[in-house]
Amino acid sequence: MTTRGAAMTGRPLTTFDFMGKRLIAAGVSVVLVVASVVAVVFVGINRGLDFTGGALVEFGFAQAVDPEVVRGILVAEGFENGVVQIYGAETDILVRMPPVEGVDQSDLGAQIAGVLQGSFDDVELRRSEFVGPTVGEELTEKGGLALLVALGAVMLYIMWRFTGKFGVGAVTALIHDVLLVVGAFAIFQWTFNLPELAALLAVIGYSLNDTIVVSDRIRENFRSVRRGTPVEIINYSLNQTLGRTLVTSLTTLLVLGALLFAGGEQVSGFATALAIGVVVGTYSSIYVAANVLLAMGISKQDLALPDKEDANP
Amino acid sequence: MPRNRRRGDTGSGLTGLGLGSSRQPPGPRARFSLWRAIVLAVVVVIGGIYAAPNLFPPDFALQVTVDNSPRTFDDGLLDELAEVLETGGVPVIAKERMPDGGLLRVGDADQQLRGSALLREYLNPPGEERQFVVALNLASTTPEWLKGIGGEPMALGLDLKGGAHFVLQVDMEEALAKRLTDEVEKIKDMLREERVRYRSTANAVQGETIRMGFVTGQLRDRAVGIVEDEFREPDYLLEAADVAGQPGFVITVQQTRIDEIESNAVEQNLTGLRNRINQLGVAEPLVQKLGGSRIVVDLPGVQDAAEAKRKLNQFANLEFRLEAAATDRPSEIEAWPYAGGTVQLNRRVILTGDHVTHAVQARDGESGLPVVRITLDSEGGDMFHDATAPNIGRRMAIIFIEHRPVVTVDSVDGERVERLSSRAERRVITVPVIQEALGFKFDITGVTMLEAQDLAFLLRAGALAAPMYIVEERTVGATLGEENIERGMLAVGAGLVLVLIFMAVYYRVFGLVANVALTLNLVILVAVMSLLGATLTLPGIAGIVLTVGMAVDANVLIFSRIREELKTRPPAQAIQAGYDRAFLTIMDANVTTLFVALILLTIGSGPVAGFAITLSIGIVTSMFTAIFGSRVAVDLIYGGRRV
Repeated sequence: MTTRGAAMTGRPLTTFDFMGKRLIAAGVSVVLVVASVVAVVFVGINRGLDFTGGALVEFGFAQAVDPEVVRGILVAEGFENGVVQIYGAETDILVRMPPVEGVDQSDLGAQIAGVLQGSFDDVELRRSEFVGPTVGEELTEKGGLALLVALGAVMLYIMWRFTGKFGVGAVTALIHDVLLVVGAFAIFQWTFNLPELAALLAVIGYSLNDTIVVSDRIRENFRSVRRGTPVEIINYSLNQTLGRTLVTSLTTLLVLGALLFAGGEQVSGFATALAIGVVVGTYSSIYVAANVLLAMGISKQDLALPDKEDANP
Repeated sequence: MPRNRRRGDTGSGLTGLGLGSSRQPPGPRARFSLWRAIVLAVVVVIGGIYAAPNLFPPDFALQVTVDNSPRTFDDGLLDELAEVLETGGVPVIAKERMPDGGLLRVGDADQQLRGSALLREYLNPPGEERQFVVALNLASTTPEWLKGIGGEPMALGLDLKGGAHFVLQVDMEEALAKRLTDEVEKIKDMLREERVRYRSTANAVQGETIRMGFVTGQLRDRAVGIVEDEFREPDYLLEAADVAGQPGFVITVQQTRIDEIESNAVEQNLTGLRNRINQLGVAEPLVQKLGGSRIVVDLPGVQDAAEAKRKLNQFANLEFRLEAAATDRPSEIEAWPYAGGTVQLNRRVILTGDHVTHAVQARDGESGLPVVRITLDSEGGDMFHDATAPNIGRRMAIIFIEHRPVVTVDSVDGERVERLSSRAERRVITVPVIQEALGFKFDITGVTMLEAQDLAFLLRAGALAAPMYIVEERTVGATLGEENIERGMLAVGAGLVLVLIFMAVYYRVFGLVANVALTLNLVILVAVMSLLGATLTLPGIAGIVLTVGMAVDANVLIFSRIREELKTRPPAQAIQAGYDRAFLTIMDANVTTLFVALILLTIGSGPVAGFAITLSIGIVTSMFTAIFGSRVAVDLIYGGRRV
């Protein structure tokens, strides 16, 4: 297969020494992962209505309104634990209310609406949501399960696609990405609702794309390139795939930017989670997966076994 | 190099042209392929046709259907209604007949609201049963020929068109208790018939058991003999046992029977809910079971969600009881608060609202006070007649019972616990003197206007088998829905334009090819969603946006490969090799995302499912356009040039 070998020796467009900085990258990754885990464990994720249960009401006012004033009115009426915030526009107010004891939960939103409509002229009830505590718990369970099943399924797929050290590298990159996205939500205390969970699952799918493309190329080059140290071969492979990795991330970030700026508040958390996932996923496909390979001492002998397997698909 | 061979083989599975690529460098095969172009053209045309209905924005419309009116809906009535609207300052764009009704299209949401008020006032005179249902609707403007071949626009989720979404939990314990109480009554009847005396049955129903006690073991054995045919396995387990220290029997309901009772309760509540929603006049409502014990209700375009909610799960009933007579035993007498004092009533209920077939809120002809005009079924009429005929001159109490399901939370050891309870309100509304033997038609006075409305509505809508609790509610106002669509479309448009520009600048001709593939992908995605009847939600739009960003990846992979291959091969071969080699990678990239999208679908209903659906469909369509579609263009441009 000489033509193939020749194709592989085609020089990539760039010649960055990615692996030269792998220790720094490893340090950065470890710090970020530790920070994420600490934040998730000690600060916790700011779970939204979908998971905690409670009521949420969005109002549109005729003029800009100070959320503090709204909060004051609600507290005076006995709704003490509510979170009142500006939502998108200055004239938009979002009230989030955890379950209040002794009040009919399914009526909470209507009561809040009643209070505000009594205090302000021209208040429009834009949206009202209520999730019972039991439904919230079920969604938390289902969501957690979906996350685990997604991770599990994707890991099984990796194991089927790669064996040995490549599999370990890809799984590490995947866990790295998920942790960092969840960590960002814990650190910045962004609300984590169902759409954000959906984004996290999409990140799992997305993160793996890059890793698979890069790992495939590394594996190919380990087989086809006859000379060179593992570091050189990996660097070479990363440079070969760099164009594609960046272009794909860029186009995805472009559309996510459009979603973030044009899509409105309701999709902003979703877009943010995905954008972080894309950036982190791109980084991890370059540094995490390859780093793990080198750390485990990848060599050409490692590919002997998968080669045989591949011969009998 | 076995790896290489596998790629070629796999590639052939999709492109159909990879055959032999690993053995021989592909030659003329890479040239423009006619069959591929034809397949693509067919898909594009079909996609274009079925995506087209989405280009026609629906009209605001008023949908009128016959309810209790003896009048049939004909062209004359339709013209009459259009006339009413025009006179009231609401121009009618178009009008058409529908089965059992008609549809009148108007200009905007505001006119639609004013129009519905006009029509309701015109069609339904107060004090009579409702003649027609007037509902707000959106009427398709898809041309007839498109509809004729099944072309319909995508359905919009509630977050895009406004409306209310409720999830109701049926109280299963209550359903079971209610059913078992009925069974106790049946047992008592059977025992009474055989003159077997039993002890008090006040606590006969306990959880999943019925317990009855008897004075002697002999009586108990006779009782067991009487009921054992009716209450036997596999539905029931009948055992002799001591009940409260006396001989008795315990009937334990078995799981199969419990399941049956529960599923009947849900079915009956479904029917009850459908009746109520029909009464509300909502166009295209959705009422369906969700899992074992829940019911989901979607009411698109509902203006007053609070009102809808109030009418969904409340239930009201009536009880008729005679005022206590001097001859009644003290144990039969109950004191009820009434008109600032109390009234002594007999415990026996002579009739309940279950026998009501019609109930209308009206005004009394003489006093002008609100009344509820009741019609009973024939059995109820007989019972009522039999009870009132011997008691002329005696007073009779009408008791209004209203159950309002309440969801509250308590803290137990720091954990939040949800409590579902029913706030029952029983009130004597009036105690009229029985003037004559009453039949199956009469008026109830002494109610307020609102009570009359509610009572009439709830009696008409029918009883529910068990209380239901709202455990989830999502209501979106029409304005927010419209904003969501606008924002979503802006995001799709902006995202698409940004990607198109970037690709054209960065990849030039290849970029243009990718752009054509991407645009085709959007068209086919919309067509597939429309054909499948999938519902578009806000997260669904986000899914489309994401698809736009990710779909070019396949072409980027292919083009990167071709660029590499071009360094060592002539263009036709490089193109072939580029497509073949990128194929497995593209599969990988998409399969993993497809995995998670499918897993996401299991989290359940609602907007997030919309995201999962658009993402899944988008992945499949983007693979088709990026691999298959772009190939035709690339071959057309480069393939034939130099082999």
